[in-house]
Amino acid sequence: MALLSKKDTNLITDPLADNNPITIQVLGICSALAITAELKASLVMAVSVMFVLAMGNVVISLMRNIIPSKIRIIVQLIVVATLVIIVDQVLKAFAYELSKTLAVFVGLIITNCIIMGRFEAFALGNGPWRSFLDGIGNSMGYGLILVIVGFFRELLGSGTLFGIPVLGDPIEKTGLYSIGYENNGFMIIPPAALIVVGIIIWVQRSRNPALVEEN
Amino acid sequence: MHELKLKYQGKKMAPAFNAFHTFLFTPNETTHGGTHVKAADDLKRTMNTVIMALVPILIFSMFNAGYQYYAAIDAANGTPRTLSLFENFLTWDNFWIGIIKVLPLLVVSYGVGLLVEFIFAVIKGHEVEEGYLVTGMLVPLIVPIDTPLWMLAVAVVFGVVIGKEVFGGTGMNILNPALTIRAFLFFAYPTWMSGDKVWVYQAVEKAGGPDAISGETILGFLAQNKGSEMAYSVSDMFFGFIPGSVGETSTLLILLGGLFLIYTKIASWRIMLSAVIGSLVMGLIFNQVVDMGWVTETSKFYGLMSFDFWKHLIIGGLAFGIVFMATDPVTGAQTNRGKWIYGFFIGFISVMIRVFNPAYPEGVFLAILLMNVFAPTIDHYVVQGNIKRRMKRLKNAVILPKDSDGKAEELKAETV
Repeated sequence: MALLSKKDTNLITDPLADNNPITIQVLGICSALAITAELKASLVMAVSVMFVLAMGNVVISLMRNIIPSKIRIIVQLIVVATLVIIVDQVLKAFAYELSKTLAVFVGLIITNCIIMGRFEAFALGNGPWRSFLDGIGNSMGYGLILVIVGFFRELLGSGTLFGIPVLGDPIEKTGLYSIGYENNGFMIIPPAALIVVGIIIWVQRSRNPALVEEN
Repeated sequence: MHELKLKYQGKKMAPAFNAFHTFLFTPNETTHGGTHVKAADDLKRTMNTVIMALVPILIFSMFNAGYQYYAAIDAANGTPRTLSLFENFLTWDNFWIGIIKVLPLLVVSYGVGLLVEFIFAVIKGHEVEEGYLVTGMLVPLIVPIDTPLWMLAVAVVFGVVIGKEVFGGTGMNILNPALTIRAFLFFAYPTWMSGDKVWVYQAVEKAGGPDAISGETILGFLAQNKGSEMAYSVSDMFFGFIPGSVGETSTLLILLGGLFLIYTKIASWRIMLSAVIGSLVMGLIFNQVVDMGWVTETSKFYGLMSFDFWKHLIIGGLAFGIVFMATDPVTGAQTNRGKWIYGFFIGFISVMIRVFNPAYPEGVFLAILLMNVFAPTIDHYVVQGNIKRRMKRLKNAVILPKDSDGKAEELKAETV
């Protein structure tokens, strides 16, 4: 007896690839552009969104039959805001430096389109367990892209991964830097993230032509 | 080559062999059936005309590379130096530095760019397009002389793939690929693209040492309010005996190239003229602001704002950008009225960026890229304006009695 039925497994695996929130649904782009200059920030952001989305999905799903549909957006906002404040306080308490890097973007999880999108599209119509899996799956798909983008941006832009120099020391001129390599300043600025996300979308669509829209 | 081409016909690598063939020979296929286009200037000939206009600039830039190097050494040693065309400019020593510095840039630009083009042609199964011929020539001319070759290679790959191929290749690109490459280099490796060390051969390597040399561009001097320390005369600026990106310095040769392109009807005189007007207008506005006393000498904008408005045209990359970049028929505006607006704003914004961007006092490539983005919008409104005017004319027109309503509808459909 598998832990999850096949249908439930799909809830987690689909958003990783063929229904990815960033590359296919094109949600949550703003934060993907803003905080992916460092891998560590990307990872923390991914985990934070996972917590907010999974918990939020469960809460909304439990309340779905008692929320009047006219004020559902407000109710959803309150739920997200509560969860985001929890994440924010935890980060401030246990990872103060990092919370300064992420700064306003933790607060802006509230406006992350993925969260409202999944509440509206999934949690309002499904049970808590399935909603939980959907939240985990979507935030993992989101996190996957964030980590890929963060990996390339930090490696090419700063020559480090998780803040650890992997290509040598640019000031002492060791490693790759001794033969004239230089960090690519373009990768540090947000437009680079847009281009990296674009390349990921390009690669994904050429591997799976079914994703290409007809027009 | 003919046999190779036939042998690989219909195979995967066919586009690559066809490309070499068309590069070396006239295509050996003739059209069967009636032909309709009877002009001789195909894309290949258009591109070659632009390259012919660029060759004198390339050769001049090779001499200038050496001249600036020896001039900078003299300046560092305090030796006075007067320019003499045949004694210390057109010399073998100067040309040799051009050969070892400029030619590698050219080779890398063409090699990497054409490789990318070939790969895409083979993947997509179409003929290799000639679009890169001009880009490959422009790129080495708009970068600083000491640009490391690997940086250039990375930038070329980026520019050709992201600037051109993702949009569908030659003729479909929104942004000028050569300028995309330049912008990538600027944002990715700013230390190699600005400052007073990058414009002269070996200045970076010798920095801080006993034989340190430097060559600040004129814009650099002005941005630091050090215009009075500058030793270049107006004729130096016009003929191009000044430091700068490889091929942007000689306004004279750029002007000749521009006239040649206008004469052969390859480039649009409307864009060139309106861009010149645009930059003069902006320069005049700044001059007026200084004359009115609104900007004092202590202001960090003073140097560039008080610079005579017409001199903007003969320094930096403005002339080069206007003649060879702004007139790119793919990324520029297409309608005649659109070309006037497009060109005017390129000149206008270029000078504006020069003055207000003290970190990097050259804005031509940014201005042209910005207007590239707006070119379709400009064209759209020009076309809409035409349609509106004609619709109005149609409404006011007297429809003859024998014309039925159906006829008027038909006419309307045609006009739109």
